[in-house]
Amino acid sequence: MKYEVIVVGGGHAGCEAALAAARKNHSTLLITGNIKNIADMPCNPSIGGPAKGIVVREIDALGGEMGRNADKGALQMKMLNTKKGPAVQALRAQEDKIIYPKEMLKTLNAQENLEIKESLVEDLIVENKKIRGIILEDGTKILSDAVILTTGTYLKSSILVGEHKKSEGPHGERPSRFLSDTLKKLGFRILRLKTGTPPRIEKASIDFTKTSLEAGDEIPHTFSFENKIYYDVEKQEPCHLIYTNEQTHKIINDNLEKSSMYGGYVEGIGPRYCPSIEDKVVRFKDKERHQLFLEPESKYYDDIYIQGFSTSMPYEIQEKMVHSLPGLENAKIKCYAYAIEYDAIDSRQLKQSLETKLVENLFTAGQINGTSGYEEAAGQGLIAGINASLKLEGKEPLILKRNEAYIGVLIDDLVTKGVKDPYRLLTSRAEYRLLLRHDNADLRLRSYGYQVGLVKEEIYQKFIMKKDNIKKLKDLLQSEKITPKKEINEYLKEINTAELKDGITLYNLLKRPEVNIEHIKHFIEIPYDNEVCTQLEITSCYEGYIEKAEKEAEKMLSLENKKLPSDLNYEKIPNLASEARQKLMEIRPTSLGQASRISGVNPADISILMIYLRKREKND
Amino acid sequence: MFMKDTIAAISTALGKGAISIVRVSGEEAIKIVNEIFTGKNLKEVDSHTIHYGFIKEKEELMDEVLVTVMKAPKTFTTEDIVEINCHGGIIATNRVLETILNHGARLAEAGEFTKRAFLNGRIDLTQAEAIMDLIESKSDNARRQALEQLSGRISNYIETLREKIKDLLASIEVNIDYPEYYDIEIVTIDKIKKVTQELQIELERLLKDAKNGEIIKEGIKTVIIGRPNVGKSSILNSLLEQEKAIVTDIEGTTRDIVEGSISFEGVHLNMIDTAGIRETEDKIEKIGVEKSLSLIDTASLILLVLNSGEDLTEQDRELLDKIDKEKTIVVLNKNDLDSKLKIEDFKTYQVVSTNTKDLNGIESLKAKIKELFNLEKIESTDTTYLSNARQISLIKQAQKEVSDVIKAIDNSLPIDMVAIDLKNAFNLLGEVIGEEYSEEIIDHLFANFCVGK
Repeated sequence: MKYEVIVVGGGHAGCEAALAAARKNHSTLLITGNIKNIADMPCNPSIGGPAKGIVVREIDALGGEMGRNADKGALQMKMLNTKKGPAVQALRAQEDKIIYPKEMLKTLNAQENLEIKESLVEDLIVENKKIRGIILEDGTKILSDAVILTTGTYLKSSILVGEHKKSEGPHGERPSRFLSDTLKKLGFRILRLKTGTPPRIEKASIDFTKTSLEAGDEIPHTFSFENKIYYDVEKQEPCHLIYTNEQTHKIINDNLEKSSMYGGYVEGIGPRYCPSIEDKVVRFKDKERHQLFLEPESKYYDDIYIQGFSTSMPYEIQEKMVHSLPGLENAKIKCYAYAIEYDAIDSRQLKQSLETKLVENLFTAGQINGTSGYEEAAGQGLIAGINASLKLEGKEPLILKRNEAYIGVLIDDLVTKGVKDPYRLLTSRAEYRLLLRHDNADLRLRSYGYQVGLVKEEIYQKFIMKKDNIKKLKDLLQSEKITPKKEINEYLKEINTAELKDGITLYNLLKRPEVNIEHIKHFIEIPYDNEVCTQLEITSCYEGYIEKAEKEAEKMLSLENKKLPSDLNYEKIPNLASEARQKLMEIRPTSLGQASRISGVNPADISILMIYLRKREKND
Repeated sequence: MFMKDTIAAISTALGKGAISIVRVSGEEAIKIVNEIFTGKNLKEVDSHTIHYGFIKEKEELMDEVLVTVMKAPKTFTTEDIVEINCHGGIIATNRVLETILNHGARLAEAGEFTKRAFLNGRIDLTQAEAIMDLIESKSDNARRQALEQLSGRISNYIETLREKIKDLLASIEVNIDYPEYYDIEIVTIDKIKKVTQELQIELERLLKDAKNGEIIKEGIKTVIIGRPNVGKSSILNSLLEQEKAIVTDIEGTTRDIVEGSISFEGVHLNMIDTAGIRETEDKIEKIGVEKSLSLIDTASLILLVLNSGEDLTEQDRELLDKIDKEKTIVVLNKNDLDSKLKIEDFKTYQVVSTNTKDLNGIESLKAKIKELFNLEKIESTDTTYLSNARQISLIKQAQKEVSDVIKAIDNSLPIDMVAIDLKNAFNLLGEVIGEEYSEEIIDHLFANFCVGK
């Protein structure tokens, strides 16, 4: 048996990776522990949100599957942060945990060049620091030119509930017991991370009259730029909001030592952004209540997920905690909460392409790299799939820059800074977030998707037309002028914007924050669709800020374009500060830009590197 | 650290020689200097030519200069270079540099011109080694040095300003990254405005203190002008005698011949370019209005002496017209004679009446000077201040970002834009105290807000 690409793991990273490789015409094998769990959502029943929602748009623009698939499985959609600025707006969907995986499996099954196999991978075949294939638990060897590890939480995972620790993955699945040892032997530094999930409640046992309703938006949305709406806006599943109370906190405080975390049973490092309810109660003692969302998991079964209530307390305490909540006095717990520990590798041992530095043609993506979140995983999976393929084709990898995509920010953070606790994308991690918007993901990335061959011709042509139309509309607005005539000023007064004293182009009128394209239509016919108009609204209104961000980004790029040779011997470069030298040797940045983002490497070290490089060039 | 930047620095050793040179190198060198130069349009002049004019910012003339324009690539750094020969002494040269930094250049690091020269292939390897050593001596110490240049008090002060911004930013960011946490207070525009307005005032104060600091360090460049025989030299001598100052020709710090330096309320009044004032009366008469005019632009304090026994002449009127009222004290001398000039006639000026014969009025002149420079206040404050052009320029930039925050709020732009300006201000203040930690705000966010599934 021989494949060009083997993907190990069928989660969100694995699905994108396998699809990308197969779509790029490489014979691909996806190996998963259980086909039923392909594209499973073992934690929250939602996709998107700040930063993450934009990642989904980016995946779609590049030709990945998550956006399209999330559109199919949406139970409810909501655009967040609509009043806080165009850059931080993000879409979030409540997802059906049955439909999402089912639709993804359908897509995988229909994909040419892609086979799926159910088994566990326990070893790798490596020759001369190059991957040759994998070994299954039964000893079967399968050869391949490239391997992508997307093992999620399944490396030596243990589930923790109170003092009990079981060696298994989510849903009681068997973990891979030896693969992380293999990685360790190959030289990877192994981290132990922890995360957790809250209890699930039977819907019929909840008294919703004691909760407040959280409905979806009244206008439909889609993640995908194909804009195909699958859900009925009128029939969205609602979420509900409740709060913890004094009694809940007392139960937690009284039983703290019984939780795995505070009882000392956890070795892994948990995420800062996603603390358990025990953590919240302990760390924020003064807070009288913590908010919890009751979220539907699916139309096909009636579990309700309590967002905000993840815990590692023993079952009997969980019962008490849940029953202390308003509306949940008689709640029936369908699945208990648990914490999970798993192995991950030090992501600084990866290249920007997500290929490992230690083993050629071995790629990793998702939680194995220390991230958390479905979207973060899918974004990496897509890039790993693309780059494994490009590597086999003898082409340069696709590396998205920090000013091009959240996916670029994510990967650059991983390989440059590494992680201590599970990494989550935040809008505040992006220096140029004004450039990385929900609305312009296609303008940023469609062409890359087309170049690597994941975006079909027809979709690409539609995109080119959109781009053209944006330009045409801009030209139109810049050429059309209005003057301070009486009827014009009367209209402007009516829409609450300053009256004119001099003539003004419609483009400059649109720049005013209170003016939108509908107002412009009062003066001129605009034969373009919403997407095109939105672009003009945003880019005109925030022109100054956007230009500033672009200028900043350009500065960054000038350093980014100065490549550092991979054979650079930092030992031999005189005058580098010792901390910088050590970090540079460890991380081996590919550009001066990346080097400058390593903590401990200061501007003077960058100067020294620049001079050293120049000297080297001269000597050659 | 970005080769694309335009950099500037004073490239002569301060305190030595009559002329100081400010060197500007980079893509925007010519554009930037042209914005503040009164002579020819530098964008249109030939390469390697010298031009006469003034450096002027808004209405303030800073110095009379010669500007050399050298276009890429035949220059030291192989980039466009402009060199400004300043004549006005340390303070004027620093001001010129500051103005250039305000117009978008960045202060060059030690050895940076040479570094660029090397990187652009202009100089050889041995020289490069020397530069690396130079940078290295900075490298390990960079942060410590930045801190040492600032007194603990001021860096603590800047740190408290940063804390304020950090709180605000963390609140804004948590609202953005966790939009549905209803228990977390939504930072209101009003709150942001209030905090930024406070910041604005504090930054303003920081800059004012910096100016005072400069006065303490460098002294007040003082010039006495007026027609011959009005008693200029008597006033000078009274001031000198009374304060028992060292009357020497202090050469060195500037091109100016400091005739005498008066220690005055802990500050030096540097009497400049009163050339020959103690020589024969004949010579004094040669110092006409023209000479006075060229002096008053560069001085920080002008004492315009008039003879109160005589009517104003054409020359007097011309002087009164041209001087900057903000920094001038009109001295009505010889008030023992029949007064033709009255204090009331000079209401729009700072004015005192003196009689140098019996030292009548010298005290009130001193009081006036104190008042004009807020000297009492300087004394009472600790002598801590921003000490160099780099820090001042960073604070000014931060001030601009803060005022952009207010502008954005007034234009009802969304909070994300406000956050951008605020973050810039935060980073700039961080640069002043050598703080570079990029995840500070995220850490602060998670330490202060309870969020997560």
